[in-house]
Amino acid sequence: MQLKEKPVYKEIDAVIEKYNKPGGLIRILQKVQDMYGYLSEDVQIYIADRLKLPISEVNGVVTFYSLFSTKPKGKYTIGVCLGTACYVKGANDILKKIKDELKINEDETTEDGLFTLRATRCIGACGLAPVITVGDDVHGRINPGEVPKILSKYREKDVDTNIKNKDKVSCFRVAEYIKE
Amino acid sequence: MSEEIVQLTIDDVEVEVEKGTSILEAALKVGIEIPSLCYLKEINEIGACRVCLVEVEGVKALQASCVYPITQPIKVYTSTERVRKARKRAVELLLSEHDRECTVCIRNLNCELQNVADNLGIRNLRVTGESKNYPIQMDNPFIMRDYNKCISCRRCEAICSKIQEVHVYSAQRRGLNTVIAPAFMRDLGSTNCITCGQCVIACPTASLVEKEAIEDVWAALEDKDKYVVVQTAPSIQVTLGEIFGMETGTIVTGKMVAALRRLGFKKVFPTDLSADLTIMEEAHELIERLQGHGKLPLMSSCCPAWVKFAEHFYPQLLEHLSSCKSPHEMFGALIKTYYAKKEGLDPKKIVSVAVMPCTAKKYEASRPEMGWDGYKDIDYVITTRELGRMIRQAGIHFRNLADEPFDMPFGVSSGAGAIFGATGGVIEAAVRSAYAILNNRNKEMGLIDFEELRGQSGVKEAMVDLGKKKIKVAIAHGTGNARIILDRILNGEHYDYIEIMGCPGGCVGGGGQPILGGRDHKRISLDYRHNRADALYKIDMHSQLRQSHDNPDVRKLYEEFLGEPLGEMSKKLLHTTYTPRGLYFNLLK
Ligand code: SF4
Ligand code: SF4
Ligand code: SF4
Ligand code: FES
Ligand code: FES
Repeated sequence: MQLKEKPVYKEIDAVIEKYNKPGGLIRILQKVQDMYGYLSEDVQIYIADRLKLPISEVNGVVTFYSLFSTKPKGKYTIGVCLGTACYVKGANDILKKIKDELKINEDETTEDGLFTLRATRCIGACGLAPVITVGDDVHGRINPGEVPKILSKYREKDVDTNIKNKDKVSCFRVAEYIKE
Repeated sequence: MSEEIVQLTIDDVEVEVEKGTSILEAALKVGIEIPSLCYLKEINEIGACRVCLVEVEGVKALQASCVYPITQPIKVYTSTERVRKARKRAVELLLSEHDRECTVCIRNLNCELQNVADNLGIRNLRVTGESKNYPIQMDNPFIMRDYNKCISCRRCEAICSKIQEVHVYSAQRRGLNTVIAPAFMRDLGSTNCITCGQCVIACPTASLVEKEAIEDVWAALEDKDKYVVVQTAPSIQVTLGEIFGMETGTIVTGKMVAALRRLGFKKVFPTDLSADLTIMEEAHELIERLQGHGKLPLMSSCCPAWVKFAEHFYPQLLEHLSSCKSPHEMFGALIKTYYAKKEGLDPKKIVSVAVMPCTAKKYEASRPEMGWDGYKDIDYVITTRELGRMIRQAGIHFRNLADEPFDMPFGVSSGAGAIFGATGGVIEAAVRSAYAILNNRNKEMGLIDFEELRGQSGVKEAMVDLGKKKIKVAIAHGTGNARIILDRILNGEHYDYIEIMGCPGGCVGGGGQPILGGRDHKRISLDYRHNRADALYKIDMHSQLRQSHDNPDVRKLYEEFLGEPLGEMSKKLLHTTYTPRGLYFNLLK
């Protein structure tokens, strides 16, 4: 067996140098994820080796926090809210419909790299239940039948959305947007 | 050290304990065994499984007794209706997600989960969870993992991290999806696992088990075209009896040999003989290095788990390792060469089986270095437990077997070979021979027993007088302890000779040894390792031969075949090389 040649990730080394102190692991992982969009196995292994931390521990941290992603993300992340209000209004059927349409499961990305699917908790737009987000857009009061139409919009062109700040989204504007 | 004593009552029985003792431990003192699953004394005290719940008077919620330290006089009730119900609920919950196929399970009748469920009288499950249907992982030659049997007790993680300090496992994901797993849930074969099997010993269920080779061995025995020989490691003779209900430390050499013959093995040899051979080679290596050829300290290499540990974590020290293969591999090489020739056998028809105390030998046998010209030194390795199963499968009444001796040649071995199975044994045996060789085989050495090299403390050091020279030796068992010595070396401390065994206690505590269900095992108690080791020293004491170089079979072997220790033939068949594997980069895809 040949010992693999040590790869060098200069950018990662720079991050490690900056944040390498007790308790710094999460910061390092965050910064590296910002750089690549996700934390691949190889990147996790590299960080573990450099920090001399057990790889099991690094991977444990990465899989524990939902803020970390271990797979490349699609251009648009679809978030299906499974909070109580949305759930009651049939969010599960919508989730299922999206899965069928895209042929992926939760936390997976479509082959064309366009969509990543996630189930989320309440996003604070209960008035619009059931709610999904696509990228920065919020789509409310939808039914499964509308799913193909919504998705095709993003497929056809990369819709430049007019709603950017989803945290402060005004429910009425969203509703208007969807009704068009 | 003034220990504060606290008085308390457990089920109205008064008891005194040291302050800080857990309720679970205190209860044992009054003869009450509180059921437990995740608890391993001093190794895993995390209060996770909630099986050990008790009622403490004045405290509202039921308490996990394994992590409840006694600090004041309290009244504890361990068997109230409320307690029984809560314990049942905890176990039912575990069972609801568990793959409950006990009848076809390798741990059937030796399973802590099964045992606890039975003791609590669980007869039906009120809830049944979804089965998780994980595929079984068995992409390696030593350990299988079945997540469908895992109860997330974290005992494997604790022993691998705290005792072995290899850190293969940790909790991955979270909430209901949590699994105790290697990084990326990989098969153990694609991790830095050193294959010691300590996690298998620690696992209360069948989630971690050795990869069995029983069916292959049966098939070979059945094949009329094959000549199947078997060798047994020194420690098997002091542990096999446990599987048949005998006390720990019972010596069953003769019965073991008889059972193996009944199973159909053509020849039954003791690995002890090649332990003697290893000593001859290693003692000469030591002398060479003491004379300035090669690096000091010399480190023993007879434990493949330790070797893999060094390859991963201390690659800079690999030059220190003795180049000797482990004894069973040496023996394997001789069987298909020397022995085949002597008996006029076609080496292609020989199937060489080794009964070993450990899973690491399964791994070692699969290393590409362990063979020559297309032959494998050893074809199959089975553990003590697997041998026990084969004997049971054959319906042999083990306890009633009359003793039989090993086959000749190779049937003679020295006491020095036997103590290989206990921590400290390798050095003791090698020093006996090195002393004699350096002092012209003076038999009246009076140096045969090195008490200070024995015993179960994790790290031992001593100065040993070799007559012309005093040498400094160190012994560690359990790779966590090994780190202590290795780090001292890296910090410049001088030693001459180091023995490291991967498993706590050495081979008597190996990952393939009988798993003692119930209380003893839960504590990964050192007691049973003591008893097993004592039995080996007993064998040594009562041996006619106490020194490897006095073994006439070994002498003959050198005269007829090998030539000299460290000679050309020896180097070809008995020695090997190592591979630096590095920390984690070797895991990159
Ligand atoms: S692990 Fe234990 S409880 Fe589970 S199936 Fe096997 S014997 Fe039964
Ligand atoms: S075999 Fe040893 S090193 Fe490998 S996971 Fe188990 S305890 Fe850890
Ligand atoms: S594999 Fe065994 S020891 Fe490890 S967490 Fe699962 S049940 Fe416990
Ligand atoms: S529950 Fe879906 S937005 Fe609140
Ligand atoms: S919580 Fe005490 S044994 Fe598991």
